Amino acid sequence: MKVRVKFAKEGAMKFIGHLDIMRYFQKAVKRAGLNAAFSEGYSPHMIMSFASPLGVGITSTGEYFDLELKSASSSEEMVKRLNDAMVEGMRILSIRQVEEGKAGKAMSLVAAADYVLTFREGKEPSEDWKKKIAEFTAQPSITILKKTKKSEKEVDIRPFIYHMEENEGSIYLTLAAGSSNNTKPELVMEAFCAFLGVPYDEWAFMVHRSELYADNGTEEERHLVPLENLGEEIE
Amino acid sequence: MRKLALSDEILLKIEKPARYIGNEVNSVNKNKDEVDIRFAMCFPDVYEIGMSHLGIQILYDMFNKREDVWCERVYSPWPDLDAVMRKKQIPLFALESQDPIKDFDFLGITIQYEMCYTNILQILDLSHMPLRAKDRGEEYPIVIGGGPCTYNPEPLAEFFDVFYIGEGETVFDEFLDIYKEYKKVGRSKKEFLERAAEIPGIYVPAFYDASYHEDGTLASFIPNNPHAKEIIEKQVVMNLSDVCYPEKPVVPFIKATQDRVTLEIQRGCIRGCRFCQAGMIYRPTRERDVEFLKKTAQAMLESTGHEEISLSSLSSSDYSKLPELIDYLIQECSARNVNISLPSLRIDAFSLDVMSKVQDIKKSSLTFAPEAGTQRMRDVINKGLTEEVILNGAAEAFAGGWTRVKLYFMLGLPTETEEDMKGIAHLAEEVAKKYYEIPKEQRRGRCQIVASTSFFVPKPFTPFQWASMCRKEEYLAKAKVVKDEIRAQLNQKSIKYNYHEADVTVLEGILARGDRRICDVLELAYKNGAVFDAWSEYFRYDIWMKAFEELGIDPEFYTLRERPADELFPWDFIHAGVAKKFLLKEWERAKEGVVTPNCRVKCSGCGAASYKGGVCIEG
Repeated sequence: MKVRVKFAKEGAMKFIGHLDIMRYFQKAVKRAGLNAAFSEGYSPHMIMSFASPLGVGITSTGEYFDLELKSASSSEEMVKRLNDAMVEGMRILSIRQVEEGKAGKAMSLVAAADYVLTFREGKEPSEDWKKKIAEFTAQPSITILKKTKKSEKEVDIRPFIYHMEENEGSIYLTLAAGSSNNTKPELVMEAFCAFLGVPYDEWAFMVHRSELYADNGTEEERHLVPLENLGEEIE
Repeated sequence: MRKLALSDEILLKIEKPARYIGNEVNSVNKNKDEVDIRFAMCFPDVYEIGMSHLGIQILYDMFNKREDVWCERVYSPWPDLDAVMRKKQIPLFALESQDPIKDFDFLGITIQYEMCYTNILQILDLSHMPLRAKDRGEEYPIVIGGGPCTYNPEPLAEFFDVFYIGEGETVFDEFLDIYKEYKKVGRSKKEFLERAAEIPGIYVPAFYDASYHEDGTLASFIPNNPHAKEIIEKQVVMNLSDVCYPEKPVVPFIKATQDRVTLEIQRGCIRGCRFCQAGMIYRPTRERDVEFLKKTAQAMLESTGHEEISLSSLSSSDYSKLPELIDYLIQECSARNVNISLPSLRIDAFSLDVMSKVQDIKKSSLTFAPEAGTQRMRDVINKGLTEEVILNGAAEAFAGGWTRVKLYFMLGLPTETEEDMKGIAHLAEEVAKKYYEIPKEQRRGRCQIVASTSFFVPKPFTPFQWASMCRKEEYLAKAKVVKDEIRAQLNQKSIKYNYHEADVTVLEGILARGDRRICDVLELAYKNGAVFDAWSEYFRYDIWMKAFEELGIDPEFYTLRERPADELFPWDFIHAGVAKKFLLKEWERAKEGVVTPNCRVKCSGCGAASYKGGVCIEG
């Protein structure tokens, strides 16, 4: 059976890169004694796939991976066991059973993500930026120069900013994520700073991801559902 | 949450920030106000290397089992962070508490290889501590060194307050108890060092004076403090199944060089190869009880979640209960989906059978260490491996499906002739021939023989401690002889040849058998930029040679001389179990090409029997 694990990555753990987090969980699942399924061959690997890699330096309370199990106990017990195998900064938030097969793969489901951007002390723009958010998002298009290894091209990111607001000094964003139109919050901030006419400083703010969503809607209308909601608690 | 010593901005700009944040699984956090002694344990190389070292894990576990001690870890900051720390005046910190090293009671440094010596100075320097022990007042931690290089601690003598000679598991409790008592009543560092000098195995370099003959050799080495002993006795653990073993080793986040559970099955080696320092200083050979090992393996796999387990020893094939242990591990590991890695097995029917069970033959290679190319040369070094054994092993391996073979050799061994060098090429060719003897339709393409040579470095406490070394150019000429001869072989296309750098070898040789006068060279080289000498991309031979020149010290005094039998060595004040008389006898036998049987066949009276244990009392 397949379960979806939701976890938080906070504090110093934000410095651990995606590949190392995968290795970390392979070992953690073993320490927790969960009955994971393995691939065949001389160096068997745990059958595990992550929804969306998180960049180094970013904290999160909305990370996911899917794990194939040979047998399971209750969600509650597995959460407890895996939490007992965590280090400071890592927390298991839920473990739920999800649909088998490729269609149900967390990685291919990801359609959007929530981010919270908080300015570091003394790094807030001097401009009265809070009021300008509405103006910024009201623009019909927001073009940015997207740099890849080979070329630079102009992209309109406005359609991929699903939501943007200020709350208690932080910026809350819902952005397109996943295999197509994936939009990084830093890119939105760069565009916002340009809009404000202030220099962009990548060290001015901290990025936190708080949720990953699947899109259960139609082509006309989005209906974002947190990935964990697609699974069911095991009693 | 803990506050990190480095800012987000620094950590996100340097390579692999995970090296510096601590917080790993099984790392130990304590309340610093509730402990009496804070100990910073250092492996003076980059994190991934240091974290792969079993000795530190053993001591870390042992110290932290004491409620009154908090032992933390520190490794060498990589040059990228080193530059930032110097620029911003950030003091070096321990991983667990992230507190500056200079606030600790002890800085313990394990000294595993000579080429890390400048990194030791980097650690002291970045900790904002004076490099020389005499310049460090009461406010600084006591700097203590241990590990194999302390069997000649003299090139580092000025930088350490204390060295500990022997295996870490033995006298540290006593050492720490005394420190705690002295600290409580406010005794001085000197008073503590005087008391510590009375503990077996503890060597306080400041309590000794060296004087030299006109020709530069050591004239005398005598205590200048009534508390200092004339001879320092190496400390050994006699019951390895009774002693603490880290059941919960620290699990790094980033891939360490050894990313696996390490099970030390025995200590010491019965073989008596004459070049091998480990084979001499870890005498007598002591096995761990197989039931202890089974239990420990299980506990470690459970506490770490590692995907691989490896056996560690100098010669695993000599472990008497090896089949039983391996059977158990194969069963246990397949149930847990854990891989088994088996280094240093002699290639024979048993080991090939075992390896075919635990490895993918198509992907793995087999390793032989003939060490020398001719039987004559192997007799000189007492490597009891014959050409027949190697070729039979290779033939069996090829028949079993392996196509890749690694062969390890040394160049520059005592009495070596051109024929011995060429013998390396001939042996590689013979191995390749064995492969092509298999009918073509049963072969899987071409075989790959990789012959690697390192240049021999004579080490203290070996029969070759009297031997001379070569100049850099001579080493390179030797490698060229091998290279040309390999190119002249019929199957040369199946043989690849690698050789180790010659200039590093020369320096390693100087540091290995150096005396106190080398301290100045070390400090000057470090101040001129030498650091991470073990890393070829950072090693700068020119800096070292300039330092020798500037100080008027002749490096060739340490390398090119064959020592006379009666020379007083800088390390002779250490008693390491094997007697100098035995080593000298072995040196004579080596020059005559006479082999000495291994400890299980016949006791050669090396002196280690005085510990009354291990292989010396078997049967």
